[in-house]
Amino acid sequence: MDFEYYNLTFMQKILYKVKGFFANFGKNFCDFWKNLFKSVIAFFVSVGSAIKSFGLNWWHGNKLTKLSYFLMGSGHIFRGQVIRGLIYFALQLGFFAYLIFFGGNYLAMFFENFFTGGSIGRVQTHISDIWDPDKGEYPVIPGDNSFHIVLYGILSLFVIVFFIFVYISSVKESCELEERAAIGIVPTSFRSDVKKFGDGKFHITLLSLPMLGLFLFTIVPLVTMILIAFTNYDAGHEVPKFLFDWVGFDNFKDLFASESKLGNTFWRVLSWTLVWAVFATFTSYFFGMLLAMLINKKGIRLKKLYRTMFVATIAVPQFVSLLIMSKMLDAGTGGMGGGGGIITQLIEQVFNFHLQFGLNIDQTRICIILVNMWIGVPYSMLMCSGILMNIPDDLYESARIDGASPARQFFKITLPYMLFVTGPYLITQFIGNINNFNVIFLLSGGGPGDLLLYTDGAKGTDLLITWLYKLSLGADRNYKLASVIGILVFVISATFSLLVYNKSSAVKGEDNFQ
Amino acid sequence: MINNETIKNNEIEALDRREKTDAERWADIDRLEAEIEMPRTQKRLGMRVKRIFGNTVGQIFLSVLSFIWIVPLIYLFVQSFRAEPGAWSPTFFPKTWTLDNYKRLFTPYEEGGTKFLQWYGNTLLIAVCSCIITTLFVLAVSYAFSRIKFKARKPMMNVMLILGMFPGFMSMSAVFFLLKILLPDNYQSHLSLIIVYSAGAALSYYIAKGFFDTVPYALDEAARIDGASRSQVFWKIILPLSKSIVIYTILTSFISPWCDYIFVSYIMSGVPDTSMYTVSLGMYKWLEREQIQQYFTTFCAAAVVVATPITILFMWLQKYYVEGVTGGAVKG
Repeated sequence: MDFEYYNLTFMQKILYKVKGFFANFGKNFCDFWKNLFKSVIAFFVSVGSAIKSFGLNWWHGNKLTKLSYFLMGSGHIFRGQVIRGLIYFALQLGFFAYLIFFGGNYLAMFFENFFTGGSIGRVQTHISDIWDPDKGEYPVIPGDNSFHIVLYGILSLFVIVFFIFVYISSVKESCELEERAAIGIVPTSFRSDVKKFGDGKFHITLLSLPMLGLFLFTIVPLVTMILIAFTNYDAGHEVPKFLFDWVGFDNFKDLFASESKLGNTFWRVLSWTLVWAVFATFTSYFFGMLLAMLINKKGIRLKKLYRTMFVATIAVPQFVSLLIMSKMLDAGTGGMGGGGGIITQLIEQVFNFHLQFGLNIDQTRICIILVNMWIGVPYSMLMCSGILMNIPDDLYESARIDGASPARQFFKITLPYMLFVTGPYLITQFIGNINNFNVIFLLSGGGPGDLLLYTDGAKGTDLLITWLYKLSLGADRNYKLASVIGILVFVISATFSLLVYNKSSAVKGEDNFQ
Repeated sequence: MINNETIKNNEIEALDRREKTDAERWADIDRLEAEIEMPRTQKRLGMRVKRIFGNTVGQIFLSVLSFIWIVPLIYLFVQSFRAEPGAWSPTFFPKTWTLDNYKRLFTPYEEGGTKFLQWYGNTLLIAVCSCIITTLFVLAVSYAFSRIKFKARKPMMNVMLILGMFPGFMSMSAVFFLLKILLPDNYQSHLSLIIVYSAGAALSYYIAKGFFDTVPYALDEAARIDGASRSQVFWKIILPLSKSIVIYTILTSFISPWCDYIFVSYIMSGVPDTSMYTVSLGMYKWLEREQIQQYFTTFCAAAVVVATPITILFMWLQKYYVEGVTGGAVKG
């Protein structure tokens, strides 16, 4: 956005933008993979050096150090750090107890058919052959629960990784203790170790609980659900009654197959999701910007009142504002006086046109985009008005002196500036709209359906995210499909995030702030 | 244009030769610039008329637009006083006005009222608990990421960035199973909801971290040189300086359970006891096809009761909200 840019003609500017976009995209894309590659390499290097020092320590260490390779914490106990050593020892005991009595079994079943495909778990819930005279029936014998196997398998894998980490660090500490004892340094007391958590290791204190929550209720479930995409877990394989199987990439193949009905449905939902996201983002953005400019204009009175009135729509909880909107648009039972929302009735009286909201797919889609403007425009207005005031006044002044019309000023100064500054926000909004559950679900519930075009619970205005919701909650529970869709939503969001990755100085300058 | 400019330059030179005072000279320059700015046919008066006309049109346009924007909310408000039953009213304003809808809202269910008060209490409880946990988590994580340069910091932030791109709802069925295992007796309870709302709070550290980044690091260093530990720096120096972000975090985490529908509908799906619901779920059920004729006006009254405090909180928050949203964007 240097001075020369303003001297270019319109077409040149567009070319410049397009070129910049692709240049940046390529660069961002490369940077992303380069960084990923770098961090993977760094990871393996650090693992390698850990193994190296692990071996070297064994070589150089004395008997006590060698003992702590087998009994964690023994080195600590005999060198004066009794409590620390006991904690390590307890951790080791706990880990083995976990593996033997609990995790090991699940892990074995988890990996049994993992690479070959086949059922997860060994015994299906079944009715026993032996008559139970006490109950007067053939008793039901509970079998394995495939979902628990996947869940605990993941959990156990994480526990093992965590334990290896603790193990290596305990061995390392033990060696350090030996070295220090050799030159006569007294080992630190437990009390001072604990005190460190308020100072040198304060980040561990701060992060441990939030990370535990994140790990248990986000990471483990997420990895589990990602793996469910490679199984056939659905209403026909509902746990605990049935087992489900590893099926590899079959679900992805089914979904992408364009000739099947499911494939067709998927492409329809995907294309509407993208169309919706584009329209929802850009209508809100541009109208919001225009509105902000109008309100910011010199000579307009009651600025604050207008702003408050617009913002009121986003201040009201969405389940209230969108639900009331959906009832105002409701098609009712049709005909005059036969019900219908107030807006439908108004349109009928004025234009003699019966709005088929929730009955006709195209009309519903248009209504949804319009209603989204009702919610979205104030958001952009709020955001834009601050940035608009930051545009240097001299730009406009010089433009005015050169005789530029207001429209020209908008296209040559305001718009480029805003697009430049709010580019990352625009993409975040776009991703947010791809995942905009509320607007679709509360307005139309995804409807109207069309059994000829859609299958598996999807309907005419469903986004991927609302379809995911229905698949994991609705009548035809189809967890495998829900997981596949979740992964695809992630892939889409991540691709668009790549556009801004590294570009925003928020990421770039992140390291330089201190 | 070029003609104009040469004329202007010549005139300015001529003015210089006549040795006017500075004030006079500037006045002349202004006059010349103004003349160049407007086409020759247009006079200063025309300009003013045009501006006034433009402002009036803008003013009218804004009033109409803001009125359109607020109409649905007015509709909601007036419908809450409607005496006629049923979901559809042929007129915007009710024919007879009444306070019965509100009365019904606050009458216990056993006496022919609704369970609204119970839902309100449930939501309040959940909101307060998850607000406390979320705030602590978010502040702790953002402070650690902003201030302490530990080894795993960058990788952790990257992992959390990636986690945030998965749709939050995707893992719900696994979370549900986990809750079933952890709380076998009451996994469809308020405790579950509190866990669901607050356990993943660490992911939303971004705005608070951005704020902490702006607090000068020299403050930390000075305190550390004076012998303060990191936890003392956090509690005694940084937190008191960060009132606005603390308020922002508290309010957003308090508001979000009030507005959530998707998670509560999943956790509470199939619960026969409707008194366990939160306001959003219960009110959503009122508008389902079987109940809407009976409960529409009650819904409107309840919406007014729920939305008023939330709206006021949001209006108060607006400033912080804008800072939060644009903070990341403006840097770009």
